[in-house]
Amino acid sequence: MRIPCPHCGERGFQEFAYYGDAGPKRPAHGGDTGEDVWFDYVYLRDNPAGPHEELWYHAAGCRTWLVVTRNTLTHEVAGARPARDVALERSAAP
Amino acid sequence: MGYDRYSVFSLLRESLRGHAGWGPAWRDAAPRPAYDVVIVGGGGHGLSTAYYLASQHGITNVAVVERGYIGSGNVGRNTTIIRSNYLLPGNIPFYEHSLKLWEGLEQDINYNAMVSQRGVLNLFHTDAQRDAYARRGNAMRLHGIDAELLDRAAVRRMLPYADFDNARFPIHGGLLQRRGGTVRHDAVAWGYARAADRRGVDVIQHCEVTGITVENGRAVGLQTTRGTIRAKKVGLACAGNSSRVAAMAGLRLPIESHVLQAFVSEGIKPLIDCVVTYGAGHFYISQSDKGGLVFGGDIDGYNSYAWRGNLPTVEDVCEGGMALMPIIGRVRITRSWGGLMDMSMDGSPIIDRTPIEGLYLNCGWCYGGFKATPASGWCFAHLIAQDAPYPVAAALRLDRFATGRLVDEKGVGAQPNLH
Ligand SMILES: Cc1cc2nc3c(=O)[nH]c(=O)nc-3n(C[C@H](O)[C@H](O)[C@H](O)COP(=O)(O)OP(=O)(O)OC[C@H]3O[C@@H](n4cnc5c(N)ncnc54)[C@H](O)[C@@H]3O)c2cc1C
Ligand SMILES: [Zn+2]
Repeated sequence: MRIPCPHCGERGFQEFAYYGDAGPKRPAHGGDTGEDVWFDYVYLRDNPAGPHEELWYHAAGCRTWLVVTRNTLTHEVAGARPARDVALERSAAP
Repeated sequence: MGYDRYSVFSLLRESLRGHAGWGPAWRDAAPRPAYDVVIVGGGGHGLSTAYYLASQHGITNVAVVERGYIGSGNVGRNTTIIRSNYLLPGNIPFYEHSLKLWEGLEQDINYNAMVSQRGVLNLFHTDAQRDAYARRGNAMRLHGIDAELLDRAAVRRMLPYADFDNARFPIHGGLLQRRGGTVRHDAVAWGYARAADRRGVDVIQHCEVTGITVENGRAVGLQTTRGTIRAKKVGLACAGNSSRVAAMAGLRLPIESHVLQAFVSEGIKPLIDCVVTYGAGHFYISQSDKGGLVFGGDIDGYNSYAWRGNLPTVEDVCEGGMALMPIIGRVRITRSWGGLMDMSMDGSPIIDRTPIEGLYLNCGWCYGGFKATPASGWCFAHLIAQDAPYPVAAALRLDRFATGRLVDEKGVGAQPNLH
């Protein structure tokens, strides 16, 4: 598996550390965030067979967190974007 | 003829007849319209569940539906190690129950599963690791399970060829469970399938479940590639595919699917007469009766349904092996493969009811579910038959993640790719 880092180019995946599904969004602290919302965020996963957006950290490279789109059935990597960009996009969305 | 009891006499008779009289070990059943219980997944856990439903609870109107062939899943892909050297009260009695069932399994199911209690030796390389293993051994002994803390000299007698004076990771000793060992994995699947079949269970191969029918909050049947099957109760035992099958009933699980690889070398003369695990990296090894070294290490570490892994893990596993026993360096690897692991969020399994009435769940085996095969089936059958957990599996609940009652052997928290 090779991951196309936006900064470093295509690199072997052993340079990266895997964190997991990039989908779950951390709930807001305090307020009326219920325990069930936290439970969902911490423990439950869609765990799809097919395209999966996931967090990889380029530990032995530019040390950027990336959102990589990869197919869990074939290991085919479709693309990688800085996680920061993805997060900004998400928080801008209504 | 095929349903004869296996014995030394049937073996002798068949030897004299050129082995022409052996029949199939189980019927190739076609699905019937309705059953009392249908188990989804014909791996070790699904088959043992069906067998114990029939033998312990008298429930024989049972089907096991398997999308591939029996033994095609993890039950035929693992490195065959059995042991009960756990630390936490939620796990120890469960795995010890399993080891006790292994000890009587072959007589019970009349099948040679080659259960071999050759011992499992976990090596330690630092003082802190010695303390951790001493604690684990003590926890086991408090539960009446055998555990021996070996010093360096005792380990050297067992593994004279290991690299004791490795500059970074010298071997200081090991924790030995003599009753641990290995079991022929395919034989476990075949033996349970045959024993269940003989008690009336339909073992249905090449039948993929594509939907779960839920009416008024109750599971009442399954859609499959071979038609609709009605069921009073449905048990899921789908290992690495658990999330996908549970999703058919609208459930999301605390599970990620990951790939774990295993390796076998060419056959060599007897060298390793127990199971050895390396403590400074992740590497474990035993030798099969055919002479091949059987070994493995870490999961690859990313979500996968691909049934195969990548080369960096191969390199990592082999480095672990070379650091522990350089003697194996020139042995050639002949085969490697991957299996789909149902990694739970605390590293422990789930055997429980679900929010859907009549739907039962067995999953989260991570990469250690082979040793659990008998107890998993025993406890799952009890749960399905009695609607109450079997005591030794009472902690393995689905809601423990929501209530904070984790069974976290490693103490690493909610991170499925670490266990
Ligand atoms: C490389 C490797 C090494 C391992 N080493 C060890 C070890 O040394 N010791 C140990 O204790 N454990 C080990 N394990 C773990 C162990 O093999 C598993 O935890 C255990 O086998 C899982 O239970 P099972 O046998 O029921 O799974 P499986 O055999 O995978 O059974 C699940 C079945 O469900 C079927 N299925 C899935 N979806 C559907 C559907 N929709 N419809 C119908 N059927 C379906 C699958 O085809 C499969 O046959 C290892 C695993 C691997 C991959
Ligand atoms: Zn980079």
